[in-house]
Amino acid sequence: MNVPLKPGGVGASLPRLEDDRHLRGRGRFVGDIKLPGMLDVAFVRSPLAHARVHGIAKPAGFEASVFVHADLKGVSGIRADSGLAGFRSSIEPVLSYEKVRYVGEPLAACVADGRAAAEDIAELVSLNLEALPAVHDMTKARDADAPLLHETWSENVFLEAFVDTKFDVSAPSADVKISHTMRTSRQSMCPIEGRGVVAYWDNHVEQIVLYSSTQMPHIVRTGLAECLGLPEGKVRVVAPDVGGGFGYKGILLREEVCLAYLAMHLRRPMRWIEDRREHLTGNANCREHHYEISGYAKADGTLVAVDCEAIVDSGAYSIYPFSACLESAQVPSILPGPYQFEGFRCRTWSVATNKPPIVPYRGVARTGVCFAIEVLMDTLARKIGMDPVEFRLRNLVRPEQMPFTNITKKLFDSGDYPEALKRAAAAINNDSIRARQKAGEPDGRRIGLGYSIYCEQGAHGTSVYAGWGIPMVPGFEQASMRLTPDGGVEIRVGVHSHGQGLETTLAQVARELLGVSPSTVKVIHGDTALTPYSTGTWGSRCMVMAGGAVASACDILAGRIKTLAGHLLQADASTILLADGLASSASGSISIADIARTWYRRPQDLPAGFDPAGLEVTQGYKTLRDSGTFSYAAHAVVLAVDTTTGTIEILDYVIVEDGGVLINPMIVDGQVYGGTAQGLGSAMYEEMRYDAAGQPLASTLADYHLPGACEVPSIRLLHMETPSPISYFGQKGIGEGGAIAPPAAIANAVNDALAEFGVEMLELPITPDRIRAKLAAAQRHTAQVTAP
Amino acid sequence: MKPVAFDYASATDAPTAFMALKDHAGSARLMAGGQSLGPMLNLRLARPALIVDVSRTAALRGVTQTADAIIYGASITHAEVEDGIVPDATPGWMADVARHIAYRAIRNRGTLGGSLAHADPAADWVNVLTALDACVELKGPTGSRTLLLEHFFMGPFTTALALDEMIEAIVVPRRDATASWGYEKFCRKVGDFSQASAAVLIDPARGQTRVLLGAIEAAPILLNNAEALISGHASVVDAVSKALPERSVEANALHVQAVVRAIAKALAAGART
Repeated sequence: MNVPLKPGGVGASLPRLEDDRHLRGRGRFVGDIKLPGMLDVAFVRSPLAHARVHGIAKPAGFEASVFVHADLKGVSGIRADSGLAGFRSSIEPVLSYEKVRYVGEPLAACVADGRAAAEDIAELVSLNLEALPAVHDMTKARDADAPLLHETWSENVFLEAFVDTKFDVSAPSADVKISHTMRTSRQSMCPIEGRGVVAYWDNHVEQIVLYSSTQMPHIVRTGLAECLGLPEGKVRVVAPDVGGGFGYKGILLREEVCLAYLAMHLRRPMRWIEDRREHLTGNANCREHHYEISGYAKADGTLVAVDCEAIVDSGAYSIYPFSACLESAQVPSILPGPYQFEGFRCRTWSVATNKPPIVPYRGVARTGVCFAIEVLMDTLARKIGMDPVEFRLRNLVRPEQMPFTNITKKLFDSGDYPEALKRAAAAINNDSIRARQKAGEPDGRRIGLGYSIYCEQGAHGTSVYAGWGIPMVPGFEQASMRLTPDGGVEIRVGVHSHGQGLETTLAQVARELLGVSPSTVKVIHGDTALTPYSTGTWGSRCMVMAGGAVASACDILAGRIKTLAGHLLQADASTILLADGLASSASGSISIADIARTWYRRPQDLPAGFDPAGLEVTQGYKTLRDSGTFSYAAHAVVLAVDTTTGTIEILDYVIVEDGGVLINPMIVDGQVYGGTAQGLGSAMYEEMRYDAAGQPLASTLADYHLPGACEVPSIRLLHMETPSPISYFGQKGIGEGGAIAPPAAIANAVNDALAEFGVEMLELPITPDRIRAKLAAAQRHTAQVTAP
Repeated sequence: MKPVAFDYASATDAPTAFMALKDHAGSARLMAGGQSLGPMLNLRLARPALIVDVSRTAALRGVTQTADAIIYGASITHAEVEDGIVPDATPGWMADVARHIAYRAIRNRGTLGGSLAHADPAADWVNVLTALDACVELKGPTGSRTLLLEHFFMGPFTTALALDEMIEAIVVPRRDATASWGYEKFCRKVGDFSQASAAVLIDPARGQTRVLLGAIEAAPILLNNAEALISGHASVVDAVSKALPERSVEANALHVQAVVRAIAKALAAGART
């Protein structure tokens, strides 16, 4: 259902309307909220990764200020089961009591006037813990002698899954086979604002009101009501300004439940603001995968089959609402990416370890999967002796095959993947880089050129999620629209905007369909009391789903405005056009403000029997198919590797991106740049190591390396625009893509640079230490082989 | 994390600071820029009863020039060196080092004296000022003393500073254009603490040749046979192995490269003059 685009509306790089308050420091985040009588909460967290809890002693004199599990009467733990066969269930207690299963797990809440005072009390709480052996390595979690995290389980596995499509009949036709052992590191998402909660009991409406730095206030409301045993009508959740989410804020927190309980029972406002140390040590919760992957290809460059065993380190508990299995369920379904081949076999284990529970981070499993398959593609190309671009072009899905159903039944809506890769190769100056590599560098560094390509399924809906049976299944996305008495437009959505620029882009949709200036549009989001239900902001869904819902509501509202205009202009409503704040017919025009004024303030001007529907609309929306939009991009990078130090310098970085119709191209660019910075973090910097006792080895940002402005290169971003046939404007979800491709592209470039040494980097992040170690090992190997 | 409660006193002059240190022997800490002590307080690793703020102490904010050296007050900031607000005892080397310390926000507050007192082995000034043969003027209740930096650092985060002493000033010998200098550090990212560093000073006028190995789990090491290392008559690999005997050759790779590259920089600088 593509519609003609209007200047200033859809497709305009409109500066973000929300930037004014943010650039002036006038946003209102959880940490900015101060309520009279508010107390601060500090949590006593487990210092051990795995232990039996024999006692928690409240310090003398502070008994009334310290709360443990037994004090939270009537509160249930957090449970998020998957309906997939064989899933093993876990319950996260709000405050742990029998066992602790990772460092940082909350055991007691200490309440005081001020955070420092609360921490003083927390220091005095004494824990009687019996240390148990910890599971810190996902590859050993299934060992027969591995200690069990959940003692009623038979092994430390949330879920095992297996798919096989003609693998046995396909693989034998291959001429070459490559096998890799690969792994990605555990990361902390590190949004600039951590989590935070302020809760108070509102006597007037008899509700617990919870301000939380969350991406999904409606989901939190449901989960909170269930845990507290309250009807949802007694719970209101407000997400104020939120300083980045990335998935980190897409869960129900134990701290949210705990603070709500304390606020209800102490009848004082409660605040907890996560600090960076809590974030790093207690919430390093994403990305950690292990792959045993093999690729089979013919000598002519035809990819024949892929075989993979993947382990996802899911940490200690299943999180609400995504469960412990979203990531491991994704691996087998998205591993083939945009390639076509005959045979596929994949087995995955979502294993439990003594680490924080895994939470889907921007790109979810795609970043790891893209790394696994794309590095494999390059190694296969090297083995066959074919250029990596050529090899990919032979195997990518072609535009004339669209819509295309791939080997795992993913339905690609549209796109021209070969063209994106060709443009990337041209833009990065593939041929001159190859010539430069042959010539060598004056400083002795080795130049590497690497590519990666991926697809990003976004805005996928009911049919995809219903199969997983998790606590949340997205249905119709809703938007409420209201014309105010002065002719302004209010949009209310249940998704949340925390960097995505939805306050601008949804206003652009209204501009497009109602002909009003975006400056007269107010987007209201983040408050369960003010907005229609939504599963929230995740899965690159907002611009497709909330954008489509706003557009659908606009269509209905436009019809009602035209009916009123037709009456007031004495014209046929179907001939009315909405533009520039006016409703116009051939015979004249009237401002939308006058139409609103008539409806609200001069109803005496309307005839008896006039349509009573009014100027408020709530409308639901789904895409034409709920299988998702598929945006994609090709990344190309040129870098130089110093083989004596292992240092990498990125010399050039090109992205050719196709997000369908871009509602606001400037905002899309920002999403791609930001995602790419995070992808470079996965590729080269970020890693939370654990020792054998399960202790996290970084507790500050001096030890956990995030890429900064100096580490992110100038990225040359080029666009293609293949509209999606299933979304309202042809737009596709693009929020996560930037974070998916960089590890694969960087690895391929480094491996290209180091090919002459027979060295391949198969573990993330690719650090100077790891490069030097691999080169030294290769050198020792060569020395042994050549020794007489 | 929020600090344990502490008292705060701003010392506008040196005697006030001394008095506070003396009255709270062992439980008071000086804070200048707070760029190291601040995080330690927040992490509750440091729990002083009293913080004595010397960032505005007049006696520590001055600069004295002599024919032979420049004497920097301990509370001079990295940014003041970077921006040339204070004179540079070297032909621009100190300003260049300052420009690459951490981030500008840190340089705006962090001080020379604070960095030396904290004695992080990876810190720039710890290594650079030692290589430049600087000394510190320490003041305590029983009087003043001057220590060469190579004698001041006892180990990681450990100095010869007594509990009731403070660094008053840093004396940096002047270097003229006939001298040459090379400094190399390897950081995971811009602004990060270095994993390995080295500094090389070649000053024919003063007859000084120094090769310093830094960012090690010890006080900085001045390598023996500096002239031979620079001329290529002695092996850098061997020298580093000898200085860091507990580590393998592979583990020393970055430190070796730091020395090699610092020497190359110093020689290239010498060739230009």
